[in-house]
Amino acid sequence: MSPATWHNPLRDARDKRLARIAGPCALILFGVTGDLARKKLMPAVYDLANRGLLPPGFALVGFARRDWADEDFGKVVYEAVRENARTPFRESVWAQLAAGIRFVPGEFDDDAAFDQLAQVISELDTMRGTGGNHAFYLSVPPRFFPMVCQQLARSGLSQQAPHAWRRVVIEKPFGHDLASARALNSVVEEVFPHDSVFRIDHYLGKETVQNLLALRFANQLFEHISNANYVDHVQITMAEDIGIGGRAGYYDGIGAARDVIQNHLIQLMALTAMEEPVSFEAHDLRAEKEKVLSAVRLPEDLGRACARGQYVAGWQGGQLVKGYREEEGISDSSTTETFAAIKLGVDTRRWAGVPFYLRTGKRLGRRVTEIAVVFKRAPHLPFARTATEELGQNALVIRVQPDEGVTMRFGSKVPGTAMEVRDVTMDFGYGHSFTESSPEAYERLLLDVLVGDPPLFPRHREVELAWEILDPVERFWARHGRPDDYVAGTWGPASADAMMARDGRSWRRP
Amino acid sequence: MIIDLPSTTTAAVNKALIDLRESGGAIALGRVLTLVVVADEEHAEPAIQAANDASREHPCRIIVLVHASARGGARLDAQVRVGGDAGASEVIVLRMFGKLVGHGASVAVPFLLSDAPVVAYWPGEPPAVPAEDPVGAMAQRRITDVAECRTPVAALRDRGMSYRPGDTDLAWSRTTLWRGLLAAALDQPPHERVTAVRVVGGSDSPSTDLLAAWLGLSLRCPVTRVKARAGVGILSVRLVRRSGPIDLDRPDGATATLNAPGQPERRIALPRRTTSESLAEELRRLDPDEVYARVLTKGLARLTGPRPGAAAAEG
Repeated sequence: MSPATWHNPLRDARDKRLARIAGPCALILFGVTGDLARKKLMPAVYDLANRGLLPPGFALVGFARRDWADEDFGKVVYEAVRENARTPFRESVWAQLAAGIRFVPGEFDDDAAFDQLAQVISELDTMRGTGGNHAFYLSVPPRFFPMVCQQLARSGLSQQAPHAWRRVVIEKPFGHDLASARALNSVVEEVFPHDSVFRIDHYLGKETVQNLLALRFANQLFEHISNANYVDHVQITMAEDIGIGGRAGYYDGIGAARDVIQNHLIQLMALTAMEEPVSFEAHDLRAEKEKVLSAVRLPEDLGRACARGQYVAGWQGGQLVKGYREEEGISDSSTTETFAAIKLGVDTRRWAGVPFYLRTGKRLGRRVTEIAVVFKRAPHLPFARTATEELGQNALVIRVQPDEGVTMRFGSKVPGTAMEVRDVTMDFGYGHSFTESSPEAYERLLLDVLVGDPPLFPRHREVELAWEILDPVERFWARHGRPDDYVAGTWGPASADAMMARDGRSWRRP
Repeated sequence: MIIDLPSTTTAAVNKALIDLRESGGAIALGRVLTLVVVADEEHAEPAIQAANDASREHPCRIIVLVHASARGGARLDAQVRVGGDAGASEVIVLRMFGKLVGHGASVAVPFLLSDAPVVAYWPGEPPAVPAEDPVGAMAQRRITDVAECRTPVAALRDRGMSYRPGDTDLAWSRTTLWRGLLAAALDQPPHERVTAVRVVGGSDSPSTDLLAAWLGLSLRCPVTRVKARAGVGILSVRLVRRSGPIDLDRPDGATATLNAPGQPERRIALPRRTTSESLAEELRRLDPDEVYARVLTKGLARLTGPRPGAAAAEG
């Protein structure tokens, strides 16, 4: 029977317990020495195995410029797992995983190394039974993509075969502007068909972000007030308390807007503002996201609607930290912004006139990511003016990290004999329980890659649309001097507050 | 933190909870369900441990009704555990003495979270008809564990006869990983019909019975249930197809091998599931499990080989 008409009799839509287990496959990891591989990817592979979601005979192959044998790489994975895995360590699970670990040493321009990689992978197919299904995870800087893709093509590793799949996983940044994003994409799509390219935006793998869809489209309570009639504005914040750490080489010249706004924040905005998709299939979900992104417009006067900053030395959380230009590997005259805020509009009937304020920065007050929907004031308040002086605007806040959950802010009477209304908050939080046991974003996304489930991965068109939004801002900034200073540990430069004040609004303290 | 309230009333316990909330911050906010555990002294502590672990995935209030002793006057001893002693939950242990033993439901009612679903869990011997038990009747979902009963196979047959929508058993969640692997194995080509099934497991393993019954029902083919010595759990499954059999074997209770014709042997860790893992899975869904219902009420009867229950009748 053909796969199209064949239905597995053991699968039943009513049987919600059955997990999606990937078919036989191997994961080939480029860039195994990086932070991401050690802290997230390798632990996620183990956690998936521990939850019983990896197929029997799964294999993990590392490729890097290191003089390692299989065992050495196995030890690196072991240490990463012991240090960073979220599920308890089980010897039997590890032993099975370890048996499928291979390592191939080499440079990206070394034909022999890739031939050896092809050899190792084909051995795994016959010995471990990985069945010709291979996912290539390029956890390397994008400048290496062309070389790695060409090598994969040359060695026949990217060759699609019947009854087997070849997929490639790439990480942000997807270019540094529209033109470079297109160039990068054509390099990858020359070798892999577009539906085999998985672009990881790890924010989309987070439970809270997926919960945003449930919150909006599974409830009657919120959706009918999510429009210009009731919403005053939306603030999307991703703040980091850390500096650039060892990422100077990557970060300088890129800056906060390209690093965070272009991908994470614009994706969060798309999910917040999009219309209801007709289904949660990849095609339908992406169609709605693309629709709303194509309706996003920048204000005409960019100087009044954007702000950028660069942190200078200061006390942050009890520690004296260096300024950006004093960080190792950063020039004194760097104009790279470490804080960016922009105001966007959405030209649809639903959102006409409702500004979306996006901001991100490093060395801010604390680490937090949230989406705050701030509502208009009630049109009439039947109280004495003195009774509602302390009443702010109602808000619905989706806390993405940390302390995942939802906060509602509304007015309540202050206990006492006088009528006085003040803001209170109502919290829904999964608290620590949520982060402890629910799958980590990378687990979810890796599994989606292996199963071949694409809804949570942005399509190339979305990447292009995001650059179309950001490119004019970057061009404007390039022409207009340097970012404003802000002291590390504060909430950004004064110009960011001034930008809100011009609209008669202010930033939430998240 | 553990607070003991000997010889008390539910009103006093509730007041203690409110005091705790005022002094120590929010308790029972954001809890998604109430889990009522009904146990004797022997099963109570392990069940609390398992429930605490499961609460890290499903924040809940755990009410433990302990049948302490039917002798003496009616008395209620309570203990409230919060913070480090309670996982991501708060635990209210209610020990009942004397005549109170028969009225556990009345003791639990004041502590049920408003509007949140109630799940009942019997870690030991369950009542004859869980859905008609006063505690079971309050619950959307009733979890039993026939493997912990004195005669598991007979207990499984009883579950089938007393089944009501919302019933479930940990013996069923213990089959989930096996079922997932078998379904994934059939996802791969060649997509042929399975013509016969053989399932081997401990003679006292209700999970083996359920797995065999599920396979027979889903694949519509004869199933042989082979009994191995007691206590070993599920050992192996063979799915017979025209091109050759698929074999999933777990001889040591930890690592399994998967063999299919023309393919190399594949190995995978498949440890026996802990109670807390099974319980966490049960709490993931609160609607009736229709697949379990069919397997329990229709599938078991179709098994060939010694009928489930026959072994128990011999013993």
